Amino acid sequence: MSDEEKKDAPDQPATEQSPENQPPENLPAETGEIEVVGQRTGMFGVKGTGDTSGYGGLVKPTVFPGAAQRPYGGWFDKVADGLDGLIDKVVIHRGEITFHISPGNLVEAAQKLRDDPTLRFELASGVSGVHYPDDHDRELHAVYHLLSMTWNRRIRLEVAVPDGNPHIPSLVAIYPTLDWHERETWDFFGIQFDGHPALTRIEMPDDWPGHPQRKDYPLGGIPVEYKGGSVPPPDQRRSYS
Amino acid sequence: MSETDQDLYAGSADTNQGRVFTVTGQDWDSLVESISDSDTADERVVVNMGPQHPSTHGVLRLILELEGETVTEARCGIGYLHTGIEKNMEYRSWVQGVTFCTRMDYLAPFHNELTYCLGVERLLDIEEQIPEKAQVMRVLLSELNRISSHLVAIATGGMEIGALTVMTIGFRERELVLDLFELITGLRMNHAFIRPGGVAQDLPPGALDEIRDFIALMKKRLPEYAALCNANPIFKARLENVGHLDLAGCLALGMTGPVLRSTGYAWDLRKTQPYSGYEDYDFDVQTWDTCDSYGRFRIRLNEMWESLKIVQQAADRLADLEGAPVMVADKKIAWPSQLAIGSDGMGNSLDHIRHIMGESMEALIHHFKLVTEGFRVPPGQAYVAVESPRGELGAHVVSDGGTRPFRAHFRDPSFTNLQATSVMSEGGMVADVIVAIASIDPVMGGVDR
Repeated sequence: MSDEEKKDAPDQPATEQSPENQPPENLPAETGEIEVVGQRTGMFGVKGTGDTSGYGGLVKPTVFPGAAQRPYGGWFDKVADGLDGLIDKVVIHRGEITFHISPGNLVEAAQKLRDDPTLRFELASGVSGVHYPDDHDRELHAVYHLLSMTWNRRIRLEVAVPDGNPHIPSLVAIYPTLDWHERETWDFFGIQFDGHPALTRIEMPDDWPGHPQRKDYPLGGIPVEYKGGSVPPPDQRRSYS
Repeated sequence: MSETDQDLYAGSADTNQGRVFTVTGQDWDSLVESISDSDTADERVVVNMGPQHPSTHGVLRLILELEGETVTEARCGIGYLHTGIEKNMEYRSWVQGVTFCTRMDYLAPFHNELTYCLGVERLLDIEEQIPEKAQVMRVLLSELNRISSHLVAIATGGMEIGALTVMTIGFRERELVLDLFELITGLRMNHAFIRPGGVAQDLPPGALDEIRDFIALMKKRLPEYAALCNANPIFKARLENVGHLDLAGCLALGMTGPVLRSTGYAWDLRKTQPYSGYEDYDFDVQTWDTCDSYGRFRIRLNEMWESLKIVQQAADRLADLEGAPVMVADKKIAWPSQLAIGSDGMGNSLDHIRHIMGESMEALIHHFKLVTEGFRVPPGQAYVAVESPRGELGAHVVSDGGTRPFRAHFRDPSFTNLQATSVMSEGGMVADVIVAIASIDPVMGGVDR
């Protein structure tokens, strides 16, 4: 800061200033709501009395990238315009755009994305489930990756449903390729795609109990003994949170 | 032969729909007799083919409804090779994940590693920092891998229609590529060589000469495939107009790779959405316009020529990059250890051990932290796709800021493309089902993951 700038600045130190006293460029950007989906504790994986580092008491929230504000830049705005009124939230992270959509709007949005000549997302690259056990009432996320070959663009749609009522309308009628992908997501996460022609398990045996990719489903495994030592199964080894 | 209740192996069947016949060998005549005798005889037969069948390309189960020799309905049963790779990756560090995902599509291990590493690098925001030599080596290995994968596709496809010579020469040449992999990475399969931040190791001495010899040899050998197959009347009769799928069908079913390009649409992610510096190489996207198995065969053959061109250019660039780094400079991400060949085979480099144990405390700490704990990846998600030999292979990588993947999902092209089995084979002959599936070239390790 040059001397002239210092003259104009308020007397008190910056840390004690109230926000309205600060010059505008020092105000935090308005990023909308911050998405906290859980928290991690500790640091080195030691729990209980073995922890002499003190880091065991560390509590940090898991913060996902927050909502973006318009203008999103480039073609992002064009796609967002095409989906006007159907989007809950837009996240832009690492150059990729994610549209958060409620299950009720999904079919209409997908139909528009496929058929609107300014959008033309011809190819669905599949749907993948993600289980966030700490994201309350939005535990199960279905993530669709769409590709527009006409415009050479990729977008992502994200739909979150509560664990207790995991219903998402099926998109098989719009993107037939999602047939097996939705079956896989049902198989691994227990998300029910309403309207799917035959929502049966695909990777696991038909009579398998549970949905293996969920976070509350154990990995399983047995300790391996080798030369007198015993290696615990992977989910019971020390984890560095 | 009789109805199921006397089957030695399967016990009594649970089905109560229709009649089930079991054939155990040398009893076809009595089967035919018993069917033609019965009043309820109809021509409709449901045949279960696989999952252990030599011509279903791995543990793929086909349920075919036949009328005579005509397939009226075809359905796939998959999942016989599901090993929970995605679940397992959630319990290992980000670097260890490479070791798992390389085993998915076992004919294209480098593409599996590459798509995963590109996803992790995007989340780490180090895409711009990957050293040039690592990029070129990734391209080199990917293209060699494309050649070896297409060779297997052509070889097994030939074997399944009885062209055994195609199989033997295909595997002969593939062996040469695997020898190169062994020289460069130490392993013939499951390399875990491409790592987040670069590649595991520099090129060994003499590798470029071996690659050049290979290119020269392949230029002599590839015309043999063309001479054997391209105009071969039996080969063409089996492949032409079989497994037809047009562009609209391809897009609806999410088909990518040679199947999509056989409709004449030149969609190739290496050209349309270049990664790892593919924009710097001179090559053409191969298409065909017949939408059938023969076109896909010709595309694979032509793509091997294009891959050879890329390998040649990559080798030339590597010659100028001797001694350049192959791993990102950031010591908080780069895998610290280097391997070297000692008296007892390949192991940790003694230079590295001397460095961390005797010279630099900081290097020791970095080594210890990265090997035991691994690096942290900022929260977020990324989807990066690469053009694998079978089509769009994508990795959806989700991080919660920890040292392990929160979720890693792979969009495997074999999985998606296999959905076209019914469309491609219904209405055709039983023998053509095999040809149609061979033209998709599914790898069950990738389908089931």
